[in-house]
Amino acid sequence: MLLALTAALSFGLVIGSKALAAKKTITIKGSTTVLPIAQACAEAFMNRYPEIDISVQGGGSGVGIASIIDGTCDIGDSSRPIKDKEITKAQEKGVEVYENVVAMDGIAVVVHPSNPVNELTREQIKAIYTGKISAWSEVGGGKEKIVVVSRDSASGTFEAFNHLALDKERVRPDSLLNASNNAVAMTVASTPGAVGYIGLGYLSPRVKSLKVNSVEPTKENVVNGSYVLARKLFMYTKGEPEGLNKQFIDFILSSDGQKLVDKAGFVALK
Amino acid sequence: MKAKARRIKEGIYKGIFTFLAFASLLFLVGITITLFLEGLPIFKEVKFLNFIFGKYWYPTYEPPEFGILPLILGSLWVTVGAVLICVPLGVGSALFINELAGRRLKAFLKPLIELLAGIPSIVYGLFGMVIVAPFLQKLLNLPVGLTAFTGSLILGIMATPTVCSISEDALSFVPRSFREASFAVGANRWQTLTRVVIPASASGISTGIMLGMSRAVGETMTVLMVCGGAAVIPRTFFQPVRPMTATIAAEMGETVMGSTHYHSLFAIGLILFLITLGFNIVAELISRRYRLKLGLGR
Repeated sequence: MLLALTAALSFGLVIGSKALAAKKTITIKGSTTVLPIAQACAEAFMNRYPEIDISVQGGGSGVGIASIIDGTCDIGDSSRPIKDKEITKAQEKGVEVYENVVAMDGIAVVVHPSNPVNELTREQIKAIYTGKISAWSEVGGGKEKIVVVSRDSASGTFEAFNHLALDKERVRPDSLLNASNNAVAMTVASTPGAVGYIGLGYLSPRVKSLKVNSVEPTKENVVNGSYVLARKLFMYTKGEPEGLNKQFIDFILSSDGQKLVDKAGFVALK
Repeated sequence: MKAKARRIKEGIYKGIFTFLAFASLLFLVGITITLFLEGLPIFKEVKFLNFIFGKYWYPTYEPPEFGILPLILGSLWVTVGAVLICVPLGVGSALFINELAGRRLKAFLKPLIELLAGIPSIVYGLFGMVIVAPFLQKLLNLPVGLTAFTGSLILGIMATPTVCSISEDALSFVPRSFREASFAVGANRWQTLTRVVIPASASGISTGIMLGMSRAVGETMTVLMVCGGAAVIPRTFFQPVRPMTATIAAEMGETVMGSTHYHSLFAIGLILFLITLGFNIVAELISRRYRLKLGLGR
């Protein structure tokens, strides 16, 4: 009788602790650029630690950082560093936002495969995107008009390109808007006079990538810093990461995690 | 006792169905209130006229600029183009089905055209992006194939089933006595068609056209994919444009809730809502006028 009771009790305890353990969750929100990294790492992490549940959502870099400040997520993904405005907002709420660099990303400038142009300087890219140059002949190409393809101005890739290549000047208003990296690649692949920009992970033989300032957009050149259109990808946390957050971010930074980063089409840190 | 139970039962049923009838009204009111609540705050920061007539849309820059005239014109151009395509196509095929096609051909054609309405808009968008745009670009030697015309063409095809189906219904509702009377006084088929049948069904046909227009102006996925998305005031049909719906769809996913940009997207939705409301009111007025003229008034 007593034995049965103890057995039942300990059994209940085991179930109870299991249920408790299953409640360990990490909520990740933010940049759609970082999303594939977060997702791949979350899956591998949950396979390794089945008791931890990770929910990954998109929303954009602004949403990721805002959610950290509001406390509605544990990790906020961002494809750009935090803005001064956001730091002020965090300070007002008494939140210290901690920056973790988890990977790097390069932005490649792409044209139609039939385009004779092989390289552009950063200045030429800026002139094309702001509307000062509008014919390929001005940069050593054919007679066609340049069709400027850009991203929706709320996307992280746009923000990074705008910052890295255009010094935050306005993109010409008649530039084409596409809502994703793939859509840009598709438009450029079917438009002989087009120029566009996409993440390195989205390069394919359907489009031709250009050298920028005579440097090829390759992973090596992004890591060694010689390619100028490169950026860091961040996961922000409230204060220095600890507990589960630390466990997860350490996993991404481990060699296994960085392999997943590479597989997702981004540039590993090591 | 039994009668009382029945009365209670009837009361309950009546209550349920009254609620159901008013449910859609509830949604309409809810959506309208949300649009106003989320859209109006933008006008604290941007003057209403500057918002409507501003020529530049740079919502994420410092300082931002919120001018939606290029977006409104983008929507209107694409819609007008779509109407120019779907009205002849839709009304023409309705006339053929109603007047010329035999019973078998009609039984085959009408469901087939209505099937067009069942194709998801993203499939139309893919078709336009991958096949129609490159084709037009080569054919007309344009710098880029994603233009207002491409959008109009695809939207026109999408709206055709709506126009055709409603027009055909309207044509078939014309009482047989109207035609018989017309033939009796010696009119031929063409005269009967143009002077009796079409005027008698004009209210239905114009309702169909208006609904087709509403479909075109509110369509989102397709225009996002095939119109190119340049936020400039269009000068020709063969240049990229950015309709209002495409702007909301492309940018809403990545704006911060509660920001000025977020409210401005809701304000665009509000303007769009007012435009389609205008369409529907005009459609209702036209349909009433024709009914009265023909003595079919309620």
